[in-house]
Parts: sequence; C-alpha cells; structure tokens
Amino acid sequence: MSNITLLSIIVFLPALSTLLLAFIPKDKVEVIRFFTLIVTLVVLAITVGAFIAGGGFQYQGEEAKYMQYAFNEGWIPSFNIEYLMGMDGISFPLIMLTAFVSVLAMGASWSITKHVKGYCILFLLLLTGMLGVFLALDFFLFYVFWEVMLLPMYFLIGVWGGPRREYAAIKFFLYTLLGSVLMLIAILMIYFNSDLVGLYQISDAGGGNAVKWQTLNVSETVTNSITAELESRKESGYEPQPIHSFNLLALAALGQHAEAVHDAQPVGPESDPEKYACYLSSNLQWWAFLLLFIGFAVKVPSVPVHTWLPDAHVEAPTPISMILAGILLKMGGYGIIRICYPICPHGGYELMWFVCAIGVVSMVYGAFAALAQKDFKRMVAYSSVSHMGYVVLGLGVWSATAGTLYNPDYWNMGVKGAMFQMIGHGVSSAGMFFMVGVVYDRVHHRDLDKFGGLFGKMLVYTALSIGVFFAGLGLPGLCGFIGEVFVVLSVWRFSPLLAVISAGVVILTAGYILWAVQRVYLGAEYKGPHEEALVPSTFRERLIAGVLLVFAILFGVVPHQTVLKYMDATIDRQVDELASWTQHQDILAAEAEAKKQREEATEPTSIVAPLETSTSVNAPTANLLVRTGSTE
Amino acid sequence: MEKDLHQIVDHLIRDTKGDAGALWDWAANSSLALFAPELILCVAIVLLLLLRLFRAGQLVPPSMVAFLGALASLYFASPWTALRGEFSQGYELFTGMLVYDSLTIYMRGILLLFAVMFIVFTRLSGIPDKEDGADIYSLVLGATLGMCLMASANHLLMVFMALEMASVPSYVLAGLMKGRRVGSEAALKYSVYGAGAAGVMLYGISLVAGVLNTVHLPTMATVLGSRIAAGLPGEEQMVLALGGLMIGVGLAFKLSAVPFHFWCPDVFEGATAEVNAFLSVASKAAALALLLRVVLGFGTLAPDRLSPGVALPAAPAQVDTAWEADELHRFVSVMHHPGHDELTPELAPAASDLGPVRSFAGKLIAFIAVITCTFGNLAAYGQTNIKRLLAYSTIAHAGYMMMAVPAVLAMAESNPSGAEHAVAGLALYIFVYVFMNLGAFVIVAFLRNAIRSEQIADYAGLIRRSPGIVICLSLILFSLVGLPPLAGFLGKFAIFASLLEGWQTTGQGYLMALLVVGGLNTAISLFYYLRVVKVMAMDPEPEERTPFEFPDVSLQGAYVWLLTLPTILLMLNWNGINELCRQAATQLLRG
Repeated sequence: MSNITLLSIIVFLPALSTLLLAFIPKDKVEVIRFFTLIVTLVVLAITVGAFIAGGGFQYQGEEAKYMQYAFNEGWIPSFNIEYLMGMDGISFPLIMLTAFVSVLAMGASWSITKHVKGYCILFLLLLTGMLGVFLALDFFLFYVFWEVMLLPMYFLIGVWGGPRREYAAIKFFLYTLLGSVLMLIAILMIYFNSDLVGLYQISDAGGGNAVKWQTLNVSETVTNSITAELESRKESGYEPQPIHSFNLLALAALGQHAEAVHDAQPVGPESDPEKYACYLSSNLQWWAFLLLFIGFAVKVPSVPVHTWLPDAHVEAPTPISMILAGILLKMGGYGIIRICYPICPHGGYELMWFVCAIGVVSMVYGAFAALAQKDFKRMVAYSSVSHMGYVVLGLGVWSATAGTLYNPDYWNMGVKGAMFQMIGHGVSSAGMFFMVGVVYDRVHHRDLDKFGGLFGKMLVYTALSIGVFFAGLGLPGLCGFIGEVFVVLSVWRFSPLLAVISAGVVILTAGYILWAVQRVYLGAEYKGPHEEALVPSTFRERLIAGVLLVFAILFGVVPHQTVLKYMDATIDRQVDELASWTQHQDILAAEAEAKKQREEATEPTSIVAPLETSTSVNAPTANLLVRTGSTE
Repeated sequence: MEKDLHQIVDHLIRDTKGDAGALWDWAANSSLALFAPELILCVAIVLLLLLRLFRAGQLVPPSMVAFLGALASLYFASPWTALRGEFSQGYELFTGMLVYDSLTIYMRGILLLFAVMFIVFTRLSGIPDKEDGADIYSLVLGATLGMCLMASANHLLMVFMALEMASVPSYVLAGLMKGRRVGSEAALKYSVYGAGAAGVMLYGISLVAGVLNTVHLPTMATVLGSRIAAGLPGEEQMVLALGGLMIGVGLAFKLSAVPFHFWCPDVFEGATAEVNAFLSVASKAAALALLLRVVLGFGTLAPDRLSPGVALPAAPAQVDTAWEADELHRFVSVMHHPGHDELTPELAPAASDLGPVRSFAGKLIAFIAVITCTFGNLAAYGQTNIKRLLAYSTIAHAGYMMMAVPAVLAMAESNPSGAEHAVAGLALYIFVYVFMNLGAFVIVAFLRNAIRSEQIADYAGLIRRSPGIVICLSLILFSLVGLPPLAGFLGKFAIFASLLEGWQTTGQGYLMALLVVGGLNTAISLFYYLRVVKVMAMDPEPEERTPFEFPDVSLQGAYVWLLTLPTILLMLNWNGINELCRQAATQLLRG
C-alpha cells in the first residue's frame, strides 16, 4: 500500500464511516455503538499492523531520524498548500496513543444513553481531527485539523456534559479559538517570510551542505519551479521571486539556517538592499514563537491559560474526559516540539526562561490547586495541569549552551522525558478519569468528602483504581515515573533551583493523590448518597481499567522497549541540530562582535583582539566535532 | 473643439455597436455586445411588466420569466469562459462610462448567479403572491442591473446612477409586505437614509469634479496625479479631501459601514428574510466592487484599456484600425476632459504621485473597517431576533471584507502582484459569502414559514424536530465565524494573508493592526453565532410549541443542502475558484 493511501485511510476512515453511520436508524443503539467501536478498533489494527507488527516503522538507523511514510501531493498550488503527511519518532507514539485511547474511550461510551447516534458521529469526527493533527506536515493542513476538532468537542461537552456543560463548552471553544487565531497570525508571518529558493541553494541539491533536500519532502513540482526560478534568474539578471511554503520540515530548515538562507538570496537594488529579504529573521522568530507558544499553551494547558480545563473536564462525560486528557492535551505539547522549537529556534532560545517558568508554575499551581479541590474530577483535572507542566519544562530546558559546551545530552533527556510524560500521562490520566466516571455513574456525585470505604463494596475496582492513581502519582515502576524523573534530572543542568522546585512537586503530587485515595477508597463503609447503587464493577469496566493498568505497568517497567526506542533517533537528531544551531549562532554573534571591534579600531594594535576572539570561538566547534564523532 | 459632427457620430456608432455596417450586426467586442447580459435583464424587466397586460401573458408565472431572464443573462455573461480571457486588457464601454474587465466579468457572474438562486429561493419560500410577483421580480432584476453597473462603473456619474438604480428598488423591496407596519417603517427609514446619503455623495462628486474638471475616473487619476506632482494648493486639497469623504459617505451607506449603518438592523428586522438576503449579499458584493473601483480609480493610474469596436491587437494588425483606435482614444479623452485638448506628455504623472491619495484612502478605510467589524460583532451580542443578529453579522462581515482594500492600496505600486492577490482574496470572500449568507437567510425564511417566528428563543430544541435544517444552519453559522474546514475560513484566510503580505512587503504597521483586529474579532464573533447553535441544539424544546412540519426531505430541504454543501466541500479543492479570483484581479492595475 502506498504511503498516501495508508495514511489517508488512517486519518479519514473515521470521518468517512460517519456517512455509513448516518444510515443506521437511531433507535438501533447497540448497533451504532458496536459500529463505532469497530471503526476505532480498525484504526488501531491498521496502525499496529502496519507500523509495529509489520515492522514498517523504522526506529534504528538513518531512516529513523527523518520522516517515514511521507508523501506530498499538491493541494492548493496558488497558496503553495500541500497535502503533506508523514510520521517520525515524535508523532508515531502519539498516533498509537490516539488509536489506543480512542478504543478505550469508545468502550467507556456505553454509559452514554442520550442521542447515541449523534454522539458516535461526533466522536468519529473528533478522531479524524486528532489523527490528522499528528500526521499533518503542512502547516495549513495542520491548522485545519487543529480546528476540525473544535466543533465535535464543543458539542460533545455541550450536549452530553454535566449541569454547567454549556458554560464549559463555550469556554473551551473560546480559549482554543483565541489561541488558534494567534497561531494563524504566526502561520501567515512565517509563510510570507519563507523562501524555498534560498533554502534550495544551501541544500545538497543546490550545491550547499547545510540541509539534505530529500529529507524535506518538497514535492517534485515545487522543486521544479525552484530550479526554473533559479534558471530564469541566471538568464535575465534578477527579479527574485521567493517561493513561500507551508511545509513544516522546510520551514524548520529555514528557521535553523535563517542567516545562511539570507546570504544565499540575491540582494535587492542598491537603494534598498533589504528589499527582497525574505527569511525567518530572529525578530520574526521571536514573535512567531511567542504567538505559537501561547496557542499551544492554551491546549497543554499551562497556567495562566488553563482555566478552561477544569471546567471542561468536570462537565464533559467520562469518555470525552478520557479523550481530552489522554489525547487533546498532547496536541499542545506536540505543537511545541514539532513547530515552535524547530521553526523558531531564536524565539525558543531567547524565551527559554519564559517557557521553563511557565512549565514550573503550571506544575506547582496545578498541584496546589489539586490539593484544594473537593470535587474528585476537578482534582484529577488539576493534576493534568500539573503533569503537563513537566512536558513544557522538559521541552524548554535548552541546556545546550556555551556554558555546557553545547552539550545536548541533558536537553535531549528533557525532551525525551517530556515525550514520555505525554504518553504516560495519556494512559494514566485517561485511567484516572475513567475511574472517576465509574463511581460517578453509580452514586451521581463526586464530592471527595462524601466518599470513603469503596474498598468494601467494589474490591476489584478499588484495586485497579489504586494502581492507576499510583501511575498518576509517579510511583517507580509505573508509567508516570519515567517522564518525571527524566525531566527533573535534565533540569539540574539548566537550573538547580527549578530542579528542586520540580522535584518538590512530586511530593505535592503524592500528597493529593494519596489523600484522595484515602478519602475515596479507604475508611469506613460508604454511607453517602445512592449507597444502594454501589454495585461491583462490570466486566467491561474491568477490561478497560485493566488494559490501562497493564500498559501503565509495561511503560513503567520496560520504558525503552515500549516507548523510548521509537522516539530516540528522531529526538536525538532534532536536539543535536538545535544544539549545533546554538553553537553556530554564538559563533555568528562573536564574529559580528569581532567585526564591529575591527571597524571601530583605529590603532593597528587592536587587530590582535578579534583574532583572539575567533580562535576562542573555534574551540567549542572542535569540541562538538569530537563529541559527535564519538557518539556516532 | 474642431470636430466634425459627422465624425463624432461615426465614432459614437462604432463605440456602441462596433465596426459592422448593418443595424443588427454587432461586433463581438462592441459596447453593446459586451453589455448584453444587462440588456437581457432589461428585456426581462420589460417583459415582466408587459406580460400581465395580456390575458395569455397572465398565465405565465412572473417568477419563471424572471428566472429565465436571469439565467439567460448569466449564460451570456458566462464568467467561467470569459474569465479564461481571450483578451488581456479591459475595455472602456460607451465612451468610458463603464469598464469591462475581468473584475466586471467576475462580479457580474456572482451577481447574476445570486439573482438566479434568489429567484429560486423566493419561489420556494412563496413570499411574492400572485399579484405582486411581476412587481417584485422587476424590482429585483432592476436592482441587480444597478448592481452590475456598480461593479463596472468607470465614471462618477455612472457611480451615482448605478448606486441609485440599485438602491431605489431596494427601498420598495424593504416595504414588500404591504399592510405590515414594521415593513413600511423599514422602507421609510431606508429611503430617508438612502436619500440623505445620495445627496451627500452627489455633492461630493460635484466638489471633486469642480477641482479636477472631469468625472471620468482614469482621467481624474491622471489629472490628480499631475496636480499633486505640480504641488496642489492647500484649499484645493481641502476641497478634494472633503469631496472624497462625501463620496465615501455614499459608499459607506451602501456597505452599512459604521457610522452609516443605522438603517441596517431596523431595515433587516422590518423587511422579510428574502429581502434581507438580497440586501445583505448582492448589495454588499456590489458595494465592495464599487468601493474598489472608486479607490483604485482615484488612487492608481488605470491600465491601458481597449476601445470597443476596434479589432483586437492580437488580430493581424492593420494600420488603419490602429490609427482609428488612437483617434477614438483621443476622442474619448477629449469628451471627458474638455479643459485640455490633450494631456501633454510632460504632464503625465507617475504612479508614485498618487501615493498620498492611496495612503489617505487606505488608512481611512482601514479605520472604518476596524470600527465596523468590531461594532458589528459587539452589537450582535444582545440581539434576540435572528434577523437583527444577522444584520449585525452582515455589518461585521462588511468590515472584514473592507480590510482587503487597504492592503490593495498599500501594495498597488510597490507589489502589484500582492495587490492583485488582495483583490482576489476579496473576490474569494465574496464568493463564499454568497453561499453562507444566502443560506442563513434561506433557513430563517423557511423556519419563519414553519414556526411563524423569527425570535432566536423560539428556535429552542429545533434539532429534535428537523435535524437536517439545524445541522445546515449550524454549519453556515460556523462558516460565518470562519472556522476551518468550512468555506468561511477560506475568505478570511485569503484576506488575512493579503494583510500580512502587505505588512511584510510595505512595512505598513496598520495592516498588521488590521490583521490582529480581524483575528480577535473572529474570536469574539464566536459567542453570538454559537448562542444560536446552542439554542437550537442544546436547549430543551418549549412544551407549548405548536406542532409544525419541516420535513428534511423536501424541495426546501434540498435547496438548503444545495447552499450548505459548498461551504463544506469547497475546502477540498478551492484552487479552481481561487484561480478564477486571481484572474478577476489581473486587469485592475497598471504594470
């Protein structure tokens, strides 16, 4: 099967199956539910079958560093928008997580009894949006999928949610839309300042050595028009026409080689040499990074734009909470790692303290807020804010600076920790929300103070719950531990203070989770509302919780074999590239400084100084060469 | 003027009907031939009025005559082939009164397509009764004719005439429901406002004409440019600016731009949803085209245009015709510019001379667009009547669409291809807007027929009764918000992209400000559109609601889907329509 068929089927199968679903009469509730469940299972089967069982997804060697299964078809040539998708070590685990959690969430959807048909249609549309976000490599396509999720989510919360569902739904919608409007502005800024012609000249296809053209998946047509443009420029003097692009990979290369691209471009007329300058300048990257980061931080969610999350979670029905916490939040993290850092390294570099501070504040604030909650689900929701703070922090610890001789290892660890945290949290938070949902379905309240003693009435359920909550707590041997410890360790090199704070959050986490476990499951026999309804868990519930717990244990015990090995190569490459970008940037800055000094100098003696500077900046280069040589 | 009368008449004949000898033999590129769609509309109007004089004619339903007339007109306009363009330059028709270029073709296509859809819509909703039919359809076609003229006006007199031709039938249409007080009130308000705005505009035209000695837009730009280059005295600047502002008042009234929007919500509430659809779509589209014509007419030097009736340059060149074309050109310019016999070459201005005009107009329009857009969105919050809500939404959308114009003006000289893309963005927005807004009013009209109410609160729980219509209206409303993958996003994206391109290539900060305002407005507009959706989809159905029938499987339902599907499916491949829009923009700018 060709790449385009495979990935298109994965993304659009759920959406297309809604057309079939529309023809099932709405009173055949069981048929509709099973049909939807089968669709999610088919998606899971295709992803597992094609990528893991069939050994299709490469995680070792040169291939694993770059996009796999990539294809590029033209879509809207007049805006250079392409139907471009692909998968690498960053998106692959998230795709698997999406397929996996959606099956479980659909399994948990048997508790939905109102308008089942509408629910299932929206659920499948949501699934298409989520898969599309993780697979899209064209910025425009990414944005479309990003927004496609909004509508189903709004209705899923607003129609099937709790008492304040309408408020929660519109809050969710509004926050995300505000974020995505900022993102749209950033997308347009980046698009109109991108120039593939300049990039082509510094790539191996155009005779340079900075970029491997093949890895960018630029379509044949565009490559041809680039060469035609260069040809006509050569023949007719110049009238340079930049070729803009939405290709995320090309944009990343443009962002990381902005100065080289700028140098490769012809200059404009003498009166206005900057006229044709069309590159991702550092100023532009700073702004674009900020706008994009805010857009993604809304989704993560980070303090202070997190307030939609507790409301949305509390009001959303259980399966939608599972999707929301398990997958939707990961899109924010994914956006940061896939878009913010590679495309706008300048912004990331200059704003690293801002990003890390946001991460740490989210962790601390989320943990304290969770401690203060009386509502079980709200507590779990705030724990998500806290846990996703680790993701932001892990992505932001840019410790590969001059101070560490551009050693990317710690940052690498942080990014891997963040990625692992996303996967681990996807499992544990989905599990926690499911567990809350199970008991809510029975007693119809979530007041932590009115619980207690569930242990006596629902033995299996309690055992599974405690396992899942411990996974959320970050107990060693369970999935929450690996991500947290990676992030905390990586922060040491960046800032011991932040490391101490983030390590301290682990204690707070243990505090609120253990306290909740104590108040809900332990203690005297339950005497609260709807006491009679506390029947033991059903097979379906045990199955879902059991599967989640098994994966939580698997990820905790064998993290490398289950998760990390798939993402290693890609993350290594990305972080190494950014580390050498940092170094290159410092060299450029030093050279500029030296040049300035040389120009200022009037006495011949001062020529010595710039020479010294240039030798001293060469030292780290040599160092890096040795280091990369030894690791490969 | 040493011109032989015979020669002048000869020129006029050639200009009107081409080189051909026989009376009924028109050259393919004569004014009359290129004006054929409008002529067909005229014929249809006359037929509508005459048919009921005869007994046999009374049997013919007026809607059928109007429909066939509009369809024939659309067929002759044939934008889909005409835009593929066998000619690369525009024509000046009727000695420069009108301009026939790709934008004319595009806008005329949109307006006539809308007219066809609109007539089908009125037929389905059954608003004109048997006696009224002929009157109403002749008014609709008359207004459409005026709008087509608005889109192709090249002369300030023509601007005024076209504006009135489009407005006067609209005043009557607003009072369509005889015997309803609100309808009459709406019509009266509309016509009083309209008359005021028209008077102000006419005064403005006379001021500008007095200073520049001409009302032919391209000539005005040339004169203005050379005057500015020579140094314009302060008082003349004052008069020109005042005249320009007054012309702007007339345009702003038509666009319902703040602060000339007051008529809009009242008229929309009083008039029927059908008329609202007509006013909010066709009239707005034509007004935008006219705005573009006027600001580009004043702010840029018009590209060279062909004279009608003369063999195309592509044909084997004849010295004779070339000379004749030249002669005709001179004749036209003398007609419009009696003060100077000919513009001496040293007086010919450069495009940069008009820079201040563009900058003034661009900033003014940007300011008004920001206010219009923000005000429309904020005022829509408190509305309880769906028609009033859509009226404010129309105002807001006029603001979004006006945002393209400053981008066009900013890039007109330094980055003509960017300016063309901005025009194309506006054209794309208009195309999408036709389907979205017509769809919204169609559903409002059908629901009014079914539940006899236009209050948003009465839509509660509609999804239980007619899910199809609720899904369609929700999609249309989300499309109006501008959420991908619905078509409304495409228009917004194209205009926002042009704003950013303008900011990037010219460094004009206010374009970026426009973009930010547009983006924030998109977010705040979500609230009120979403409220309607929420009422329909989430609120419980009122118990006392009288039972009503609105089957999803019906002609009405099919029509609604026909309008909704483009908003969903356009995303899949909008390259074709985008190419057409870009084509539409190619003949507006010089160079």
